[in-house]
Amino acid sequence: MPTYNEKVMEYFMNPRNVGELPDADGTGTVGNPVCGDLMTFTIKVENNRLKDIKFKTFGCGAAIAVSSMVTELARGMTIEEAMKLTNKQVAEKLGGLPKNKLHCSNLGADALHKAIENYLSDKKDVAVVERKATKEDKEGQEGCKCPYCDSELQNDIPFCVKCNRKIDK
Amino acid sequence: MKKVYFDHNATTPVLPGVIEAMQVYLREEFGNPSSQHDYGEKPGEAIEQARARVAAMIGSNPGELIFTSCGSESNNLAIKGAALANKTKGNHIIISAIEHFSVINSAKALKKLGFEVTRVPVDRYGIVNPDEVRKAITDKTILVSIMHANGVIGVIEPIAEISRILKDKNIIFHTDAVQTAGTIKTDVNELGVDMLSIAGSQFYGPKGTGALYVRKGIRILPLIDGGVQEGGRRAGTENVPAIAGLGRAAELAVKEMDKRAVHMKKLKDKLQKGIFDSVPEVILNGHPDRRLPGVLNVSVKYIEGESMLMLLNMQGIALSSGSACTSKALKASHVHLAIGLKHEDAHGSLLFSLGIDNKEEDVDYLIEALPPIVEKLRKMSPIYNKEK
Repeated sequence: MPTYNEKVMEYFMNPRNVGELPDADGTGTVGNPVCGDLMTFTIKVENNRLKDIKFKTFGCGAAIAVSSMVTELARGMTIEEAMKLTNKQVAEKLGGLPKNKLHCSNLGADALHKAIENYLSDKKDVAVVERKATKEDKEGQEGCKCPYCDSELQNDIPFCVKCNRKIDK
Repeated sequence: MKKVYFDHNATTPVLPGVIEAMQVYLREEFGNPSSQHDYGEKPGEAIEQARARVAAMIGSNPGELIFTSCGSESNNLAIKGAALANKTKGNHIIISAIEHFSVINSAKALKKLGFEVTRVPVDRYGIVNPDEVRKAITDKTILVSIMHANGVIGVIEPIAEISRILKDKNIIFHTDAVQTAGTIKTDVNELGVDMLSIAGSQFYGPKGTGALYVRKGIRILPLIDGGVQEGGRRAGTENVPAIAGLGRAAELAVKEMDKRAVHMKKLKDKLQKGIFDSVPEVILNGHPDRRLPGVLNVSVKYIEGESMLMLLNMQGIALSSGSACTSKALKASHVHLAIGLKHEDAHGSLLFSLGIDNKEEDVDYLIEALPPIVEKLRKMSPIYNKEK
């Protein structure tokens, strides 16, 4: 088992904001069961701020702690601030994660951003905040590999781009 | 805090009698068995005594055993050693889809040297169909390696049947018996194998001990060249204390095997019933009957193994999972995928491997601890809701 620090353990043992908002303004899901991590975030927006945010996560201790931390950090932020939240910041707030668990933290902020993008896509009058993946995001993102040929898997593609085998998601 | 160890397939505790048998060779009798003077005498005798005891456990001649440093070394020596020594006869090797990584990766290494490898599939219980082995044989086949029992799902393979298919075909048959030798009856003649791997760490012996049975007349190339230790097939000064411990563990295993099996099966059955009665939507992995007495593997649907292990560990309960998150490679266990489990169910698998030190109250403790943990994690799971 990886050695998680006390803060990660605390957020894993007592996760904040677990659940699903019934009348959510936006929903975002990232990850896939092949890799063992799946996160769904729901958000409620009021006056351009994240009034409420909840998560549901299928995954390891790190994935749960990261989700929990993201909801806590993002609550109360403006949409623009929340879109600027990086996975690296989340990992730092948790006092660091084991190296082979960094890809879990890379899912957390992405799920939040997806939920926000989902919210914005319904609001044509608000300019969509573009966010490009930074180099930091990509660090440690290696992790989910094709079970057949070992090459890197890409989220959202239902087959392995290298060996062409179907990946059940 | 109460402590419960349900991870005996990772390794077993070392029995006090085993430790005792080792100590003298760490203290007074430290000599090198190859020495011609008095210091070499007792250590040399200890090795031959251990060889006789391990041989008695698997029904072989002592001279057909090579001591190694672990089960992985035994498997490497068997696969690479036999393939390389027999490459003039052919270059095709057959293994199963659920072998231990020391077999799979030995075969992979041979591929780079020009060998061809066929991995025969298993059915949904994890059992190799002997007909699949028959179909995979070509006139280039020189070696077949199928494990005696799988350590992850506990299923016992039809080794004797496969051996009948290979008979008179001039194909070497190896079985990885790391999970069976010392645990259930494992007799090289009844199984009809030419090579068989053993590890002391799986039956209350010391870690760092193993043996490979090589039937007389089978040629293998050593992996470690040097002196004439182990008949020149495994050079290097022998780990005398460890080998003495392995011998003692084998002796005890033979004596207590039936009693141990009854004890473990009783606890395993109680554990299985307890889990299925108290946790909804659990899948049994592996065959319901054709399995090791102390091994239970289940998948708890909609949640992931590492989180379960962590919460169980907080309560002093130790076990394993086939989840990607618990493996350094971040991949779901190949055994679970080979039996056709969905990835999410592989990630939600729990492996309980019981041992002689487990008590009924350990099982009660687990059955009380597990349901609230499952409930907590399912409440958090996005796939639990979607499928409801």
